[in-house]
Amino acid sequence: MEQRLTHQEPTPDQIYEEKIYRELGLTDQEYEQIISILGRRPNYTETGLYSVMWSEHCSYKHSKPVLRRFPTKGARVLQGPGEGAGIVDIGDNQAVVFKIESHNHPSAIEPYQGAATGVGGIIRDVFSMGARPIALLNSLRFGEPDNARVKYLFEHVVAGIAGYGNCIGIPTVGGEVVFDASYDGNPLVNAMCVGLIDHDRIQKGVAKGIGNPVMYVGASTGRDGIHGATFASEELGDDSDEKRPAVQVGDPFMEKLLLEACLELIDSGAVVGIQDMGAAGLTSSSSEMASKAGTGIELDLDRVPQREKGMTPYEMMLSESQERMLVVVEKGREKEVEAIFEKWGLHSQVVGRVTDDKRLRLLHQGEVVADVPVDSLAEDAPVYHCETAIPAYYEQHKDYSPVSIAEPQPGDYNKLLKDLLAAPTIASKEWVYRQYDYMVRTSTAVRPGSDAAVVTVRGTKKALAMSTDCNGRYVYLDPKTGGAIAVAEAARNVVCTGAEPLAITDCLNYGNPEKPEIFWQFEQSVEGMSDACRVLETPVISGNVSFYNETRGEAVYPTPVVGMVGLVHDVDHITTADFKEEGDRIILLGETFAELGGSEYQKLVSGEISGRPPQIDLEKEQKVQRVVLEAIRKGWVKSAHDLAEGGLAVAVAESSIAGKLGAVINVDTDLRPDHFLFSESQSRILLSVSAEHATEVKKLAEQEGIQATDIGEVGGESFVISVNQQQLIDLPVSDMETAWKDAIPSLMKG
Amino acid sequence: MKFAVIVFPGSNCDVDMYKAIEDCLPEAQVDYVWHAEKDLSEYDAVLLPGGFSYGDYLRPGAIARFSTVMEEVKKAADAGKPVLGVCNGFQVLLEAGLLPGAMRRNQSLKFVCEHTELSVENNETIFTSQYERGERIVIPIAHGDGNYYCDQETLEELKANGQVVFRYTQNPNGSVYDIAGITNKAGNVLGMMPHPERAVHEWLGTEDGKRLFQSIFTYWRENHGAASYASGTDA
Repeated sequence: MEQRLTHQEPTPDQIYEEKIYRELGLTDQEYEQIISILGRRPNYTETGLYSVMWSEHCSYKHSKPVLRRFPTKGARVLQGPGEGAGIVDIGDNQAVVFKIESHNHPSAIEPYQGAATGVGGIIRDVFSMGARPIALLNSLRFGEPDNARVKYLFEHVVAGIAGYGNCIGIPTVGGEVVFDASYDGNPLVNAMCVGLIDHDRIQKGVAKGIGNPVMYVGASTGRDGIHGATFASEELGDDSDEKRPAVQVGDPFMEKLLLEACLELIDSGAVVGIQDMGAAGLTSSSSEMASKAGTGIELDLDRVPQREKGMTPYEMMLSESQERMLVVVEKGREKEVEAIFEKWGLHSQVVGRVTDDKRLRLLHQGEVVADVPVDSLAEDAPVYHCETAIPAYYEQHKDYSPVSIAEPQPGDYNKLLKDLLAAPTIASKEWVYRQYDYMVRTSTAVRPGSDAAVVTVRGTKKALAMSTDCNGRYVYLDPKTGGAIAVAEAARNVVCTGAEPLAITDCLNYGNPEKPEIFWQFEQSVEGMSDACRVLETPVISGNVSFYNETRGEAVYPTPVVGMVGLVHDVDHITTADFKEEGDRIILLGETFAELGGSEYQKLVSGEISGRPPQIDLEKEQKVQRVVLEAIRKGWVKSAHDLAEGGLAVAVAESSIAGKLGAVINVDTDLRPDHFLFSESQSRILLSVSAEHATEVKKLAEQEGIQATDIGEVGGESFVISVNQQQLIDLPVSDMETAWKDAIPSLMKG
Repeated sequence: MKFAVIVFPGSNCDVDMYKAIEDCLPEAQVDYVWHAEKDLSEYDAVLLPGGFSYGDYLRPGAIARFSTVMEEVKKAADAGKPVLGVCNGFQVLLEAGLLPGAMRRNQSLKFVCEHTELSVENNETIFTSQYERGERIVIPIAHGDGNYYCDQETLEELKANGQVVFRYTQNPNGSVYDIAGITNKAGNVLGMMPHPERAVHEWLGTEDGKRLFQSIFTYWRENHGAASYASGTDA
């Protein structure tokens, strides 16, 4: 039976003559390059190895030259991009480990498992560094939730995240859910994991020490997920449903055991190197670990634990079965490793050894079935410098003016505000996060629904704030500005909770990079993000690129999601967005311009996304953040809230709803009232402070050259806004709360 | 006083339970006890934590009840020691027959995580002496299978014996009679879906769970503790 399956594989000559490599995603030139590396035609297994390792997902062949622009160094950075996850020092011999990763394509086809295994994969990336995972976040994008398919995807992605995260016992503390038609056929599911580690426990994925055993631990290998990495590197088409077998199936219970066993194993000191078998499974973990260490690896595939009978070397090497790790341990300590895994009821099996010849050699039933240089798989993938072109829409949008929106009548504003609060992107996401266990590990000090989540570090005064952010509309309208805003907003959110921003991880979601207009979006937004990272001193420590997010030729909005982690030096500084006390003054930091391009207001009243997004002055952004952090540390700030989608009116309303307290706002402006209230101008933060500290906060802002306007007072049960002495909004807080809270539940009921 | 926190493969609130004892009862000792352990005699109280023992495969708690340690948990219960099962721990106690009734999927068929308000129905138990009768307390829930069921006859019996200890003021999962927590007839085994160990600090949003642990400790000190304190064996 096994022989027959092996013989069904095409021969090297057939692969060449019938151009079978093309079906595996390799181009003619790439195939020729493999022949010149090997000095012969590759067999089917070898062709498979190259096809996954040279896929965009594993090799970053289209993105590498652009990613080099990111600042990745900083005084606190202990591990930058290139390992399972990045690491940042937080003092006292402790460090925070984090990374975000996409699972978009699998989630589009099989939302529950796609999302669940996305969570599983990112958790393994974090604990493979030796860290204890302490929090999860998810950045999700769906189409407009007005059709059954989008609702199905939304419901099952959320269920998949819940199913995995809840079971493994890592709290899902934050993230974002955004709805926009551009994500209709291609949702984005980006999962982030944050872990905690002591400096001296940090592990790397290296196969060091010639003769050391290579051990396989965790679940056995099946035929699921074969070619997942290749599938992730193509556009979605009408036949994508047929690729369901390329979606893996997750088992969070297995992963919980694997997590505990791996951390126990790392405690034992027997580990030389450890890496997750993620995308491209055994192939990527073995070749990358050897390549990083300057060694080779020989694997005896007959010893790989197998879930199904008759698996070929090709299938075993390309399987993306979940919950597996590859570990290189010190020779002679195999029994110790086995005992630890046995305690947790898991497989551990020596499957090979570290060699000195820098080759990946695979044995199967006594024969060498593949023999290739490890560096050629892990390092020498071709690099493409893609063409760029400014998209036509970008030029067309140049002339847009916010005046094209008709000015509302004074009587329209109550409804406008309620409609904005009920817009799915702004509305309360309680329907989502109450399905996630966000409290397990009893460290969650600021729960989902705030600007950023905050998780305490037991035994210290420290806490970690975390947020994911990206406004894809802004990035679409102007990738450079939008990219900078994504970083700035994430930092602003973290600052609002009382934390100093430390570093970012990013998940760069775009369409097909081989299209010059898409590549322009990619390049420009990375440029904008890099600028912001430099000014705000938050280097990029890890990340992931997801291209080919297209359905039937239509790309999603360019969506570089930023995952930011900040350090709260003292838990007493932890600040939330809700109004706290009657009589507190409400202070608006920053300036407001008539910036409606890409805003929720524009979308609500005109149904379109056009023009230019809000502009951003990064120096000013940094100053605003500095003012807020300092005011918080001085103990002057009762609440802090970032102004984002929906502008000032929505931000004040959210603080009001969360605090169950009304507000009376009076503002004077030269702008049109609707422009002033709903503009999404950047670098603005809303504070509430006790009356006695209002002057001090304003003085502090003035010293930094930041405008601080006292716009009103917290109190009562109504929410009242007057512009230039004219009362435009007067709503009971409970009415606003109903609009905001009921929007998503009622969409999902229908 | 010495607490055992039982750890099954897949338990994930074991750490929280351990921390809660550390933080609420500085005078007590607490150990993790692996599911394969054969002796619990040195412990004064047994805590079965929440989580997904054995991945909730088959049914929540259905596999864990066959663990070696469960024989010992039964012995502890028979000996009158306090046994507390929270969330998955409650489900294990039901499957093991230490408490009557069964658990179904939530009526919404969705996992639900939120702060819930409970009313203390009976404050004359070893777990609730520090609460007022009828007091409203806030304790978080986080479960997908918390829809408690028992037949009418059993319910009447539970009510008559004062075994219904906690009820939801707003039923989040469909449980009969809004039941959030029940004891056995003897009153020394408590199962509850809400997580008191998640309600032990103001910054967690509520500290109403603290008094549950303090009640257990108070009971122990009054009944067993004095002697060992006097002789210093607990030092």
